[in-house]
Amino acid sequence: MADEDQIADELAGFALFADLSTPQLQGVAHAFEESLFQDEERVLRQGMTGGGFFLIMDGEASVRVDGEERARLGRGEFFGEVSILLGEPPVADVVAVGPLRCLVLAGPAVHKFLLAHPSLMYRMLQASARRLRNANRWRS
Amino acid sequence: MAELTDRPFPPDDYPLIVVGSGPGGLQVSTALRGCGIEHAILSADAEPGGMFRRWPFFQRLLSWTKPYAPVVRGTRPYERYDWNSLIPNTDENRAVVAGLMDGTSYFPSRPEMQAGLEAFAQRTALKVRYDCRWTATRRLDDGRFALETSDGEYTAGTLVFAVGVAQPWRPASPGMELAAHYADTRAVEEYADKRIFIIGKQNSGFELASGMLPWAKRIIIASPSPAKLSVNTHSLVGIRARYVQPYEDHVLGGGVAILDAAIEGIERGDGDVPYRIITRRSSDSVEMTFEADEVIAATGFTAPLLDLPDLGVTTFGQSRLPGQTPFWESSTVPGIFFAGTIGQGSGGLKKHGIPSNSGAVQGARYNARVLARRIATTRFGIELDRPVLERSSVADRLIDELTDGPELWHQRAYLARITSLDPTEGIRDEGIQPLAWFVDAAGPDAIATTLETDGTGAVYPVIYLRRSGAITEHAIDPDPLLNYRTDSARAALDSILAPVLA
Repeated sequence: MADEDQIADELAGFALFADLSTPQLQGVAHAFEESLFQDEERVLRQGMTGGGFFLIMDGEASVRVDGEERARLGRGEFFGEVSILLGEPPVADVVAVGPLRCLVLAGPAVHKFLLAHPSLMYRMLQASARRLRNANRWRS
Repeated sequence: MAELTDRPFPPDDYPLIVVGSGPGGLQVSTALRGCGIEHAILSADAEPGGMFRRWPFFQRLLSWTKPYAPVVRGTRPYERYDWNSLIPNTDENRAVVAGLMDGTSYFPSRPEMQAGLEAFAQRTALKVRYDCRWTATRRLDDGRFALETSDGEYTAGTLVFAVGVAQPWRPASPGMELAAHYADTRAVEEYADKRIFIIGKQNSGFELASGMLPWAKRIIIASPSPAKLSVNTHSLVGIRARYVQPYEDHVLGGGVAILDAAIEGIERGDGDVPYRIITRRSSDSVEMTFEADEVIAATGFTAPLLDLPDLGVTTFGQSRLPGQTPFWESSTVPGIFFAGTIGQGSGGLKKHGIPSNSGAVQGARYNARVLARRIATTRFGIELDRPVLERSSVADRLIDELTDGPELWHQRAYLARITSLDPTEGIRDEGIQPLAWFVDAAGPDAIATTLETDGTGAVYPVIYLRRSGAITEHAIDPDPLLNYRTDSARAALDSILAPVLA
């Protein structure tokens, strides 16, 4: 449990938000909603429409395709953006591993949010590029 | 003494105890009674009504009860148009609030709503132990719970808390204690010719601003992020149309300013300037200081859970809502359930970012009925009716639900009509269940029927099929008049159901 000022302080420590000012961080904390998930609870569901953009504040999440784990995500990492950007249902389940606390931005709000925070969009692009590079490394 | 001894539910051991006598407590008690579960209901208040005994401050609700609707008043389909009446277990005493409104508005006044809740409790002979304040909670060695109250100690194996989300909350910015909370707003005449600074852009802040427009000299409404309007979000997220007038005054330059700025602090001034509010603009971090005669924190409310977190009940978010399963049970302390507006802590799928209406009567009243059935089957071993359906009648029944089913209309993508297709049991109507539970639960082949919205304004049916454990999702095109008793909707539904009903 945290109020928006505490959340803004936490966000300041994440690479994704490193370029934002304190009022911008408070705005982000205000725009996102906090959600709690229990162990093995599904956060994103493979093939199901209507997901959101999730940022992990505490805990760990497993990315599973057809039940098989493909990745683990931890504090400061995010997921859900790919299906929102492409307008398609997620291609993986994301499942809580132990208690998981996330900040969530609704899918329809992501476009406007990213345009309002170009530096954050740039850092998200960097993270996506790293994921793509790593995926290509595994394949090669 | 006769009065005291006449009070129901003296301190004792009960199978289940409900705490709270607002709409949530009254509805869950009604539903538990319908399932045959013996229980006590305790309330710190002197009479039913919960928060509606005090609020909204300007005495008019945001939720409608339409006196005239396309369906007959007092029927189940009418519940779609009556957001405020509680749901009885029989056809008597439906639409109670509608019958008590004076016709001047289709939004009931606060006294009309309170009268509706009182009338419902009286007509359905709901017994409540009033003036009995829950003060502490313990876990007993046998796993049961002890509730300490102002009347003595109670014990029960199952607890249902319907205590609302009405404990004033304000952020920790320096000087915030100088601001009056929404809950402490005074008579509106006292704000005449004053400069008002309202912190918070939720409905409560805009409600106050709307009510003060004829009185205040100037109104500033500030919080870090922009105001959302329900007409833009196409949902109950954001400021409701009734409270948008300050927004228009702002955009037309009429003495209202709406700012996106963080509140850095509040300082006491002197003489002609009672308060100075230091803010930092969200867009460019520029510091701005404002003078005001009155500062009001419309910053929200928390759930008054007392010592439940000490028992292990986890909470989250600014409202300190308890983390819950799809069936509104504490996700960390089994046996503790939540009803009423606290149930919004069970968020469901929030598809497309649209939350449930669990924070309002029109959503919470159906959650309470589902909760009572769940408690009946899982904690009391009560077998509830699961009607067997003829295969040929399934599609007709689902079309009826999509058109008239109030649970689906009020709790979109949250509650679903479940039809199970277990070959050993036949086709059965499993009633209304949480969609989040259905999509993640194992079980026989089944159909979940819902209405959903994606934030564009359309409301459309979505059918989820569970076949061999896998869920698939099938949307049906929206109808402009929201009528799904049409040939095209029926054809689409038949096509979706064909693989499981063939």
